[in-house]
Amino acid sequence: MQQSLDRPLPEPITPEARPYWEGLRNDKLMLPTCAKCGPFFYPRVLCPTCHSRDISWIEASGKATLYSFEIAHQALNPGFKVPPPYILALVELDEGPRLLTNLVDVEPDPAALKCDMRLEVVFERLTDAITIPQFRPAGAKASEGGA
Amino acid sequence: MRELSNAACIVGAAESDEIGVLPEKSPLSLHLEAITNAVDDAGLTINEVDGVFTAGQYTPATVAEALGITPRYVDGTYVGGCSFMILVGHALAALHHGLCDVTVVSHGESGRSRVGGPRARDQSLNSQFEFVYGFYGAPSYFGLIATRHMHEHGTTLEDWAQVAVSTRAWACLNPRARFDQPITVADVLNSRPVCYPFNRLNICLVTDGGGAVVLTRPDRARDLAKPPVFVRGAGEGTEHVLMTQMKDLTFSQATRIAGEKAFRMADVEPGDFDHVMLYDAFTAGPPIMLESLGIARPGEGVAYFADGRSTLGGSLPINTNGGGLSYTHTGMYGIFPIIESVRQLRGECDARQVPDVRLSLVNGMGGMLSAAGTLVLANEA
Repeated sequence: MQQSLDRPLPEPITPEARPYWEGLRNDKLMLPTCAKCGPFFYPRVLCPTCHSRDISWIEASGKATLYSFEIAHQALNPGFKVPPPYILALVELDEGPRLLTNLVDVEPDPAALKCDMRLEVVFERLTDAITIPQFRPAGAKASEGGA
Repeated sequence: MRELSNAACIVGAAESDEIGVLPEKSPLSLHLEAITNAVDDAGLTINEVDGVFTAGQYTPATVAEALGITPRYVDGTYVGGCSFMILVGHALAALHHGLCDVTVVSHGESGRSRVGGPRARDQSLNSQFEFVYGFYGAPSYFGLIATRHMHEHGTTLEDWAQVAVSTRAWACLNPRARFDQPITVADVLNSRPVCYPFNRLNICLVTDGGGAVVLTRPDRARDLAKPPVFVRGAGEGTEHVLMTQMKDLTFSQATRIAGEKAFRMADVEPGDFDHVMLYDAFTAGPPIMLESLGIARPGEGVAYFADGRSTLGGSLPINTNGGGLSYTHTGMYGIFPIIESVRQLRGECDARQVPDVRLSLVNGMGGMLSAAGTLVLANEA
């Protein structure tokens, strides 16, 4: 069942990022990876470390730590309609790359959040075509709503 | 590289006729006002300008056309708000090599009133990997830097607030500043929450305005209207654009690279300055710049603001115009700290004049500490 969208869709999807979005559609967090240096993000045609063009894709574990966070208290983008406060997060995947995302299933309160806390991925389906990865504290119970 | 040191001087510096809220002026008009005023400040004429440097909404060709001149050298390097520091560095090299003789570096932006059309650039990476989560605009990103700094160094909300308090005190001494009433740490902590860890008073103004500086070689500079300000060193660097690509959020590699290059060119040490201008779109910016430039040790930049060193009478006055936090911030603020540094070195600053300024540091950022431009300016070669 499709709710009315409360956030801008990630459009346009660039050709290099298609495997990432196709993976998410099947609840898999896929990362581009270099044969020599390992996974990186965002998707591009060369490894940002050794500049090899030998790039393939792996599925990430979905385990991560919280590198940093913010709590939005007002709408910063007129197209983003999730009611504040919500958590803006920079997470570091166990595989190394970092993603911007939201934290869910945790209070948007600095007292409840700590850099380096353990997280796990949850998949939020926006449309039939688009699912986004969000994160929650490792072992947290799912709640209703949230960003 | 050392031969570029002092190869050019800033001989004119000015804002547009007004700065603030200007719904009746296009950004192009703000450019033209600023250039006219800066050329006039130098005692030159627009017809003598043969190098046009700008960043942002207009190419140098548009600015030159509007001025009615046909320059023989142009530069439109655009890496965010520090582009103007970088353009001064590029002007230094171009003037040294005789590629042009009189250069303007110009800015005009309707950041608040939004007169004119938007800038178009590819945002497909931002829309795929950032906007869908609610990130959008600088206040949604820069707090990530501040939160991590708090985690690693024990920096507090009170520490960041001290930057706003110190900068506001300077604004109270600048008749062109938007704000003229002092604030306290409590005022910052009690201002409207925008995006933790930042409240309203941790975040810069949004204004309309323009600014420009004029440069020429020292032989010409000595005969003009005002005492020349020598560009003793210039440096630039970039690290990232997307926050996921910045390796250590508590330390700006772009700033380190820009600073090291400028200091080497100028043959100065990080501790040599007696006046400092640091791009302050957010209160966390200046302390982290002090740390990344090697002026403060990691985690100790905030102490400059808390213990009074940054204020009038302090040992290292910082952001003496009142900064982006309290004077003006059009979006790409970088021209304004250069103008203030020139005025301080000339001794033109009245109530906010720092005594005996001889060596001034100007450091700008583009994006979220993504790019940096550093200038070492002096009133003697």
